[in-house]
Amino acid sequence: MRFKRRHIISMKDFTREEIDYILDRAAKLEPLARGGRSDLLAGKILALLFYEPSTRTRMSFETAMLRLGGSVLNLGSKEATSIVKGETLADMIRVVSTYSDAIVQRHPSEGSALMAAEFSSVPIINGGDGAGHHPTQTLLDLYTIRKESHLDNLDIAIVGDLKYGRTVHSLTYALSLYGANITLVSPPQLNMPDQIKADLKARGARVSETENLEEVLDSIDVLYMTRIQKERFPDPTEYKKVAGAYKITTEHLGNVRDNMIIMHPLPRVNEIDSFVDTSSHARYFEQSFYGVPIRMALLTIVMGVEV
Amino acid sequence: MSAEKELRVRPIRNGTVIDRILAGQAMNVLKILRIKGAYSEVVTMAMNVPSKALGQKDIVKIENRELEEKELDKISLISPGATINIIRDFEVADKYQVELPEMVEGMVKCINPNCISNTKEPVTSKFEVKKDPVQLRCIYCENIIMENIAEHLL
Ligand SMILES: Nc1ncnc2c1ncn2[C@@H]1O[C@H](COP(=O)(O)OP(=O)(O)OP(=O)(O)O)[C@@H](O)[C@H]1O
Ligand SMILES: [Mg+2]
Ligand SMILES: [Zn+2]
Repeated sequence: MRFKRRHIISMKDFTREEIDYILDRAAKLEPLARGGRSDLLAGKILALLFYEPSTRTRMSFETAMLRLGGSVLNLGSKEATSIVKGETLADMIRVVSTYSDAIVQRHPSEGSALMAAEFSSVPIINGGDGAGHHPTQTLLDLYTIRKESHLDNLDIAIVGDLKYGRTVHSLTYALSLYGANITLVSPPQLNMPDQIKADLKARGARVSETENLEEVLDSIDVLYMTRIQKERFPDPTEYKKVAGAYKITTEHLGNVRDNMIIMHPLPRVNEIDSFVDTSSHARYFEQSFYGVPIRMALLTIVMGVEV
Repeated sequence: MSAEKELRVRPIRNGTVIDRILAGQAMNVLKILRIKGAYSEVVTMAMNVPSKALGQKDIVKIENRELEEKELDKISLISPGATINIIRDFEVADKYQVELPEMVEGMVKCINPNCISNTKEPVTSKFEVKKDPVQLRCIYCENIIMENIAEHLL
């Protein structure tokens, strides 16, 4: 299969075949991601253009590039703010794309990655554009589900802030391509927007909604937890109540399916009790590791290197 | 003839009649055409005219002017059923309905203040257009404009 798209901007750009292709390549590269070094991308330079703080995304891209024998150019966040004062992103992209073979970008404005792609002479990988997209997170989530559970006939519950959470929107979109059975679990204030739900159903997902987390725990393969942000609640007692209702502890795990897995994009606050970490169901740290093989796969694809 | 009855003011020799405008949108059509106090040609506007097909409609008539593509596109966004009648020597020389474009560029301002198209970046707003009802989807941030489209025209 050949990839027509050079840029990685939004999950909506991908067909299921393209996603499978990326996941397959990540599987091939996973042993290398676990330790070692190759020269697949020797002589190549990846520019990391982060206008907003990031730990996991930035570091896992760096790791991915180093494991592949390439180098990284890092615009530290401090320098970013001073260099960028007054300079447009468009100019920055025009310049940095002459220094590098690909650019990973995180920027606070929605649509900034798409715009960057219009100005760049090298592939742009979107590492987050405001409340917009974060496709590499979704791909690593899918990789985790495929590896640690299964993508076909999947029963998944997605819990937390389903209204504003961009991770959740693009994950559910991708899962709809696999016909997943999705249960949305959230307080009413944070329900998924109707437009997105309608979209998902139109694309073949089965979607149901509940406020009650405990009600779904026993009938799912994947429990995908997300953070509920305090800022969304004007009333602090209301926040406490909601946060308490969507917290998972070992007591919840008594009747779940044996192979049920728990995921979380991290960082967690207290949605998952730390006692859950050692249970056979926890997969959030593996999930965060899988960001490395997924990003290795993407880097080799956008730089046109066969694996 | 009913057309005769609609002629509340003197006929135009040359110009454009924008007919079947969605009732209530005539002022917005004038805004699109940048017709304000200082405009020198004869312009007539009729609002809430009874219409067999629409119940009510607005009409705008302008002497000595034919509209540009971009103006027609904007009118289609706020009143997709509007018809354009080109008047030459008092007669309707050409008549067509405005057509919704599939994409509009640099015509509409995105409603999302955090959209890259609303920053100092050198980027022109672009929207995908869907019909029935008219919906504009920003290609940058994917926000959708459905209501009061006239207010967002650039
Ligand atoms: N010379 C003119 N001056 C001003 N208005 C005119 C002139 N000729 C036609 N119009 C107006 O232009 C519009 C279209 O004229 P036309 O004679 O085609 O009417 P119609 O048969 O009702 O057409 P339609 O089916 O589009 O409503 C009408 O609103 C009419 O009043
Ligand atoms: Mg008529
Ligand atoms: Zn926008």
